[in-house]
Amino acid sequence: MKARYLIPLVVFLLMIGLFGVGLKLDPSKVPSPLIDKPAPQFSLPDLHDREKLVDTAVLREHKVSLFNVWASWCVACRQEHPFLMELARSGDVPIYGLNYKDKRPDAINWLNRLGDPYTASAFDEEGRVGIDWGVYGVPETFVVDSKGVIRYKQIGPLTEQAWQETILPLINQIRAEEG
Amino acid sequence: MKHLTVLAALCLLVFWGSVSVARIDTFVFDNPQDEQRFKKLSAELRCLVCQNQNLADSNAELAIDLRRELYSMIKAGKSDGEILDFMVARYGDFVLYRPPVKPTTYMLWVGPFILFVIGAVALVMFVRRRSDDVLPGDELSTEEQSRLQGLLEKQPAGKRKQR
Amino acid sequence: MLPEIGNFILILAMTIALAQGIIPLVGAARGIPGWVAFARPAAWVQFLLLVMSFGILTHAFVVNDFSVAYVANNSNSALPLMYRISAVWGGHEGSLLLWVMLMGGWSAAVGLFSKRLPPEMVARVLAVMGLVGVGFTSFVVFTSNPFDRYFPAPMDGRDLNPLLQDFGLIVHPPMLYMGYVGFSVAFAFAIAALLGGRLDAAWARWSRPWTIVAWLFLTLGIALGSWWAYYELGWGGWWFWDPVENASFLPWLVGTALMHSLAVSEKRSTFKSWTVLLAIFAFSLCLLGTFLVRSGVLTSVHAFASDPTRGVYVLMLLGIVVGVSLFIYAWRAPQVKSAGNFALLSRETFLLGNNVLLVVATATILIGTIYPLILDALELGKISVGPPYFNAVFVPLMIPLVIALGIGPLSRWKQDSFERLAKMLRFALLASLVLGVLWPWLLFGQLDFMVVVGATISIWLVCSILVDLYYRSRHKSSLWKGMTSQPLSFYGMSLAHMGVAITVIGITFSSYYSLEKDLRMAPGDELELGGYLFRFDGVRDNHGPNYTATEGVVTVSKNGEHVATLHTQKRNYTVQQMPMTEAGIDPGLFRDLYIAMGEPLGDGGWAMRIYYKPFVRWIWLGSLFMAFGGILAASDRRYRLMAKRKAGLKADAKLAVQES
Repeated sequence: MKARYLIPLVVFLLMIGLFGVGLKLDPSKVPSPLIDKPAPQFSLPDLHDREKLVDTAVLREHKVSLFNVWASWCVACRQEHPFLMELARSGDVPIYGLNYKDKRPDAINWLNRLGDPYTASAFDEEGRVGIDWGVYGVPETFVVDSKGVIRYKQIGPLTEQAWQETILPLINQIRAEEG
Repeated sequence: MKHLTVLAALCLLVFWGSVSVARIDTFVFDNPQDEQRFKKLSAELRCLVCQNQNLADSNAELAIDLRRELYSMIKAGKSDGEILDFMVARYGDFVLYRPPVKPTTYMLWVGPFILFVIGAVALVMFVRRRSDDVLPGDELSTEEQSRLQGLLEKQPAGKRKQR
Repeated sequence: MLPEIGNFILILAMTIALAQGIIPLVGAARGIPGWVAFARPAAWVQFLLLVMSFGILTHAFVVNDFSVAYVANNSNSALPLMYRISAVWGGHEGSLLLWVMLMGGWSAAVGLFSKRLPPEMVARVLAVMGLVGVGFTSFVVFTSNPFDRYFPAPMDGRDLNPLLQDFGLIVHPPMLYMGYVGFSVAFAFAIAALLGGRLDAAWARWSRPWTIVAWLFLTLGIALGSWWAYYELGWGGWWFWDPVENASFLPWLVGTALMHSLAVSEKRSTFKSWTVLLAIFAFSLCLLGTFLVRSGVLTSVHAFASDPTRGVYVLMLLGIVVGVSLFIYAWRAPQVKSAGNFALLSRETFLLGNNVLLVVATATILIGTIYPLILDALELGKISVGPPYFNAVFVPLMIPLVIALGIGPLSRWKQDSFERLAKMLRFALLASLVLGVLWPWLLFGQLDFMVVVGATISIWLVCSILVDLYYRSRHKSSLWKGMTSQPLSFYGMSLAHMGVAITVIGITFSSYYSLEKDLRMAPGDELELGGYLFRFDGVRDNHGPNYTATEGVVTVSKNGEHVATLHTQKRNYTVQQMPMTEAGIDPGLFRDLYIAMGEPLGDGGWAMRIYYKPFVRWIWLGSLFMAFGGILAASDRRYRLMAKRKAGLKADAKLAVQES
């Protein structure tokens, strides 16, 4: 058996290995380039009070905060909502909301009906802030530290599992950094 | 795991909905050059929500928003480079259908050229080896010809145990 | 009851395929004539069973048996009958059953048209096909069974995806699959030849017609898919370099290389171990395509809904089939002696060059397609590889290929002289250089470098084909007599090459001279585009069997004369509540006028997209030429004689040797 006749087999086996790994990956998940970068600036009216403004500064008021992108039309947000409520009740981390491409009455109604886990919700009617934050699939949740730097982004609903395995350890780490 | 299924189902909805109905913009451009640039850029940027479509062909909400963003940036006189940087800063290299040249994509961009060179060198070496002594005139050698003949004709089963 | 019988028959077919895969193989190795003879009847029975199973599934669709889950998911009682039938292959499970049945059909055909072949060879070929068949049939039975039931049965079905309710679904998948599974024949011949240790000119001659037929089906399948996407998706594109499109293009490229390489192996008994590798590659890439389309490892606009278990199953199937065959190759191929020397300038070199370019193109597209996956698997980030990349790397490889295509068929086997070729081709060269600039300039009034390149190489190719015909025919008493005495395979080759030129022209002109306008139009509004005047006459209501529609009417005129009335629809399919745009197209040999309607914009205005697409039909017309060329080449006298067991084989073989 001459070595060069084995080349196709070897290349092929490498490819099979690659595909085997590929089966475990999700090709539609795109990591955010904003990780470890300062959170994009925004200044939007508050969802409940159009006179009041919510801006990036609120995210720097805490050692660590969550910034959750949601909408009343989003089915997966509905699914994620109970967990957010639970988090809000524990009072562990403040949750700020970005109400993305929604209608104001629909959004307020949604919160009234299901409960409002948000310390404040910014109202992004046009979705411009969503674009700046690189939002592509609602819900998305960003973890922001006290310097206003994005440390992590959860794409899709926040779950108990993601919280325990990834986000909570990260939050503890951020708290430890800041002493 | 369950939410993944829901997510997949949602994606599917978004995807079918996006493919099937043409959402056509009615932007008005200052000049044909800008219109061309819009077409080129929206064709080279990938829609993130869809399965595999560019901004131009996609009808997902996000794609419509991004086309509007693209249009206003062109209107504002931004260069192609600035516009692409804007997109990459938000969504990463994933939005570019023309992958940027960087260490991780060297093999992608240089690979075809290397393959071509390997192929060409192999071809030349092979042909040189074979062209050492060319005997003009004979097509198939007589021996080969009779063997071909023999094989094509039906022959008794026993005779075919040649190696 | 019937679906259970269908399922049972399918399992029976799988069992027979297993027997077809083992008994003849053992028989051939041990020299047991009875076991060897088992192959043909097994292939026929297997095919018959698969047809019955497929027929039962079709019956379930025809009679609206929504207790069958697959029917309920892909059909509806309001769906017109022809779409109910084509819906059989409209989803994952049924399309796989179609695949398996077609594969059984190819097996049966090999059994039928192989009377001249040595029985051991037939036995091995059918055994290999049987084993691959077992793999796919078990895939259907165990992971994707179309006969699974819903209990209780739903009242009505969820309907076929409206995008698929089209003529395209009726013809595109069967053609494409015929091509895919057709390459299993060339593959099986290659493996059988390796196992039997007879990789010779006869093997190449037997494989050739099968390869050509599979290739022509694949050509038609791809062209139909491209045409379907063009008119159905509403954005006027015909090729997007999507992973699924690439998955069909890769075996086509390698299959094209294989056809040409087989020619050398047959006529000159050389390149044999290379040819056999190409035969393995061609079918492997078909399997790879199946994996990419059905596993969800890559995102695609055309993919089936994916499922991880299926992905693992196809990956295993791919690994076993291709892994084992490449192992057999590594084990057996080194013993193959390739004879036949040739000079640097000879037809062999041209054909080898063709192979190198096609294989490099294949590898390039393959790398581009899976590169995002490679980076992702190595955690190096997510990227997208799309049309700008593929065009940038593919086109430069095709230009030398087309240029060489003009010279190759005129060159002689073994050795040729530069002077001879230059003398024959000087006028073709001159004509292409002049016309390549003049033609597009006169037609469109403006030039682009790539347009000149595209036009020049196409005209060069056409001229060289005519020169070839002239030089081959002129020795006879009259040119006409000379032309009629050329073998069919020559005309097949020339037509197919002509098809390449036509497609290149279509791609070049439609890419560079298409005009597009997106705008708001109210009734009475007019737009001038590409010399045509488009007037929007307004909208009206319309409806079909399972949808309601708003139809926009646009009248097109040129210089005051009526050209066409175009109708574009926004449909709403009632069952899936899915809106769809139906483009209005006025097709023409030299241009398509294409309109699509978007959203209403208030005050009677509508968003409209209008295209003027010159020469776009040539893209598919060229494919038709290629496929027709394939038909001629495959029906050449020498293959027919082979099949009919006629005498006079000697004269025929002589012809085959001389005709080059």
